[in-house]
Amino acid sequence: MAKGRVTINEMLCKGCELCVSVCPKHVLQLSTTKINALGYNPAEVVNDDCIACTSCAKMCPDCAITVEKLD
Amino acid sequence: MAVIFQKTKALTDVKLHYCPGCAHGIVHRLVAEALEELDEVKNAIVAVPVGCSVFANKYFNFDAIQCAHGRAPATATGIKRVHPDKMVLTYQGDGDLASIGTAEIIHAAARGEKITTIFINNGIYGMTGGQMAPTTLPGMKATTAKNGRDPKINGNPIRVCEMLSALDGPVYIERVSVSTPAQVTQAKRAIKKALEIQRKGLGFTFVEVVSSCPTNWGLTPVKAMEFVREKMIPYYPLGVYKDITAEEGK
Repeated sequence: MAKGRVTINEMLCKGCELCVSVCPKHVLQLSTTKINALGYNPAEVVNDDCIACTSCAKMCPDCAITVEKLD
Repeated sequence: MAVIFQKTKALTDVKLHYCPGCAHGIVHRLVAEALEELDEVKNAIVAVPVGCSVFANKYFNFDAIQCAHGRAPATATGIKRVHPDKMVLTYQGDGDLASIGTAEIIHAAARGEKITTIFINNGIYGMTGGQMAPTTLPGMKATTAKNGRDPKINGNPIRVCEMLSALDGPVYIERVSVSTPAQVTQAKRAIKKALEIQRKGLGFTFVEVVSSCPTNWGLTPVKAMEFVREKMIPYYPLGVYKDITAEEGK
């Protein structure tokens, strides 16, 4: 299985949780400690199980997610 | 290591003003990505409506014109007839397209104007605060239908794809959704196909996106997407309603 890495632009994230809901590997969750300038709890990466499926990025309405494929 | 998904250059860096979880952001990105993949970003003009997406011209990194309420197809008609080599789109919500702009969209479609219309159907008026739209489902609550839409009092919802596919002018009509990653992929394919048909100059193309409005539906963004799958899509079935390119291939 391909390995990937998700990077979230926390300044753009509105904490809608759509990325969290579609991730097949439960890589993402909403932060319980951070609040961004918009006043939302941004999504954050909690483990390194990412398979680079880009489901999270496809669902992100704010284009806050970048996905890299690791070789 | 390779970047396999990042924000398209066809969108500007301006922060979207939409509510959390609003599908407008997803569809903006799909339109921008489709134009970028067709290498038509510099050649595109989008007519944006009145509604939540009234400021969409700030987000698209190509030319845009903000139209009077519901009149985007009329404006786009003028643009396309003066600049037949440009890619001309309209981006409209359900209040804009299916209510005040009904006449414009029907006649633009009937005339077979060589434009592409992206229609966002979320079953409610978003910007003005959740009033009942022509596409509100029976039983669905809105600020102007407190106990839920009753067809006996409020009339029946309008299925725009079915209505327009009865006309001779349109060449491609598809209804898609964006409630799952697979549907997002299909939505992009549909938008891209519509733009390719426009580039060939075949006629009017129309893509309806069954969308959500978490704020005015009173649901979380994730629950709103579930509502789309469970309630909206059964009433507004996804699929291709008209495609003359497929008929020609037979």
